[in-house]
Amino acid sequence: MGKVVLVTGVARQLGSRLVRRILRDSEVDRVIGVDAVTPEHSLGGADFVRADIRQPAIARVLAEHSVDTVVHMDVTGTPLGAGGRTAVKETNVIGTMQLLGACQKSPSVERLVVKSSTSVYGAAPRDPAVFTENTPPKSLPSGGFAKDAVEVEGYVRGFARRRPDVAVCVLRFANILGPAADSPLAEYLALPVLPTVFGYDPRLQFVHEDDVIDVLRIALHEPRRGTLNSGTFNIAGDGVLSLSQCSRRLGRPTVPVLLPAVTWVGSALRTLGVTDFSPEQIRLLTHGRVVSTDQMRETLGFVPTYTTAEAFTDFARSRGAGLLPPEAVADAVDRFATLVSKERI
Amino acid sequence: MADAKVIPFGEEPRSRRAGRRAQGRGSKSSSAAASSAASSASEPASPSPSPSEPPSGPGPGRHSLASVPEQPDAVEDRMAGEKHGPNDAHAPEAPRPGDSSWDRRLAEGLAFLRRRVTGDYEVDEFGYDKELTDQVLMSLIRPLYENYFRVEVKGIENIPSDGGALVVSNHSGTLPLDGLMMQVAVHDNHPAGRHLRLLAADLVFMLPVVNELARKAGHTLACAEDAERLLERGEIVGVMPEGFKGLGKPFGERYKLQRFGRGGFVSTALRHGVPIVPCSIVGAEEIYPMIGNSKTLARLLGFPYFPITPTFPWLGPLGALPLPTKWTIQFGEPIPTDGYPPEAAEDPMLMFNLTDQVREQIQHTLYKLLVQRRSVFF
Repeated sequence: MGKVVLVTGVARQLGSRLVRRILRDSEVDRVIGVDAVTPEHSLGGADFVRADIRQPAIARVLAEHSVDTVVHMDVTGTPLGAGGRTAVKETNVIGTMQLLGACQKSPSVERLVVKSSTSVYGAAPRDPAVFTENTPPKSLPSGGFAKDAVEVEGYVRGFARRRPDVAVCVLRFANILGPAADSPLAEYLALPVLPTVFGYDPRLQFVHEDDVIDVLRIALHEPRRGTLNSGTFNIAGDGVLSLSQCSRRLGRPTVPVLLPAVTWVGSALRTLGVTDFSPEQIRLLTHGRVVSTDQMRETLGFVPTYTTAEAFTDFARSRGAGLLPPEAVADAVDRFATLVSKERI
Repeated sequence: MADAKVIPFGEEPRSRRAGRRAQGRGSKSSSAAASSAASSASEPASPSPSPSEPPSGPGPGRHSLASVPEQPDAVEDRMAGEKHGPNDAHAPEAPRPGDSSWDRRLAEGLAFLRRRVTGDYEVDEFGYDKELTDQVLMSLIRPLYENYFRVEVKGIENIPSDGGALVVSNHSGTLPLDGLMMQVAVHDNHPAGRHLRLLAADLVFMLPVVNELARKAGHTLACAEDAERLLERGEIVGVMPEGFKGLGKPFGERYKLQRFGRGGFVSTALRHGVPIVPCSIVGAEEIYPMIGNSKTLARLLGFPYFPITPTFPWLGPLGALPLPTKWTIQFGEPIPTDGYPPEAAEDPMLMFNLTDQVREQIQHTLYKLLVQRRSVFF
């Protein structure tokens, strides 16, 4: 008897990709995708159940298919289709509560994997430069997706206490980038001109979509020898990029904005519907955030294929050239060099 | 003196110059001169950084702007006086005689510029940008270090060539210039070219621009987590445990060490078994003689103190100019911490004793240096 995996949030690109990928795993018998809207992407041979995880109906789905592994991917920062921030928050928080309640009732569930985010650490000038899984945040996120993630993790911890027989794995992902990324940060980086906070150059870390799928597979299967896949893990690519480096590699010019004025620019951009410039996003782009991935390597036994820089390169390639492509800038410098050397001879 | 960082320009045979310099200065600089000779010997072999590097022809390609050819010796003297940073070639300068090196500097500078504008450089997890620090930030502070404060460095050999170490120093001067000078002192004088990673107060990371530069120069927040992470990587960490108590103390209390926090730096060093190098800085106390402290203004601005000196704020921006005192930075005998059992880091009595030992050693060295000092300014 193989495993029966239930994946929430399959209408999103990452969820549907995970479903297609784990269908090929030999240990997996059936995959059930759940979301409130019908996915645009193909789910391969997986069963799709249209259910809103905010409703108790999710318990019936768990019981009907005697699901043993639950992958909760529906913790996201951006709304899918219609519905604003309220709908997102409800899906994140109420949805998680309902799902966990259903899991608690279900005798068949053995494993729970939750996609969280490193935004639970917040971003403040008083924070240590590198967060480990145990670092208490100096300033708890006051709202937005980061607060959702903190609350979701709180409920998951409660669930883990009440059902000690279920292996619970919380994966805190750094900013997910890749050719198809749809995170707020990817939206921000797609702006033709990047507004930055004057006088701050945040350090950023990225994780590639392929690595996200790989690490989720490690988490939802039986642990390999010598590794442990329950607990909380930071997931990020190696290395760090500063925002100024990102903008130069993307070839997008930056416009430094004074910190007090940033909120106005953010709300203006939000009103125009260009991107969601939430306060937590502004904090990330002010102070930056770097997490330690020692636990991921040593305990979870996962080594990401892409470094932060490689994930970013892959993302940049998919987005097309900016206003100041790095090649053109480099050419200009080279031309200047030849010009100077010619003049000198 | 920071001879090791000088890349001579001009077509003069470099070995000759290096040799002469070694004769001229004390024995301390001979190793530096040797390393400069070694580096200059290896330079022609290094691959050209940019494919379009101008051909570095000697004599014939003399630039038209350099209308008055100077004698090589004159150039050399100016070199000795000005001590240009090794790689500040990106800053446009009037071309000088000595085309091949000018071309080389130009090519280096352009290659540097090319890397910067395309984002093709590395920063570590603390945001330390080694290339920018070495080539730009250090060159900006170096004139202050060499010509303004004329920093004299003693006991650089007490900093280990490899592995971690915790440099503990006194803190003074109203503005934390002493930290920056210590950073340049270690970078320019240490034979292994080590970099000092300073731990800075949280105020630094709240101020715009300052925080960006601090991160790029390799500073990070003074907290146990960051210090331990740096020591784990085998870096040299600089800490000033007096903090604002030392920085903002009145002029009358100069060279009196304040309380050393809670001695957290000792337990951090103990946990990693790295030596503690006490460091005494003389000269920083007098750069801004703080005769008063406007508590109201400080509270208003959110600063820990608001200094009032004989010139500041009366003369406006001119009053913010530090006095050109003569500095001495002495690195003392390292205190080993690897002989203690691992649980010793939890022993408060041992912590206090070690903290006091470090404090006493710095204080004694301060008094010794003060006795030796001829004058504040010379």
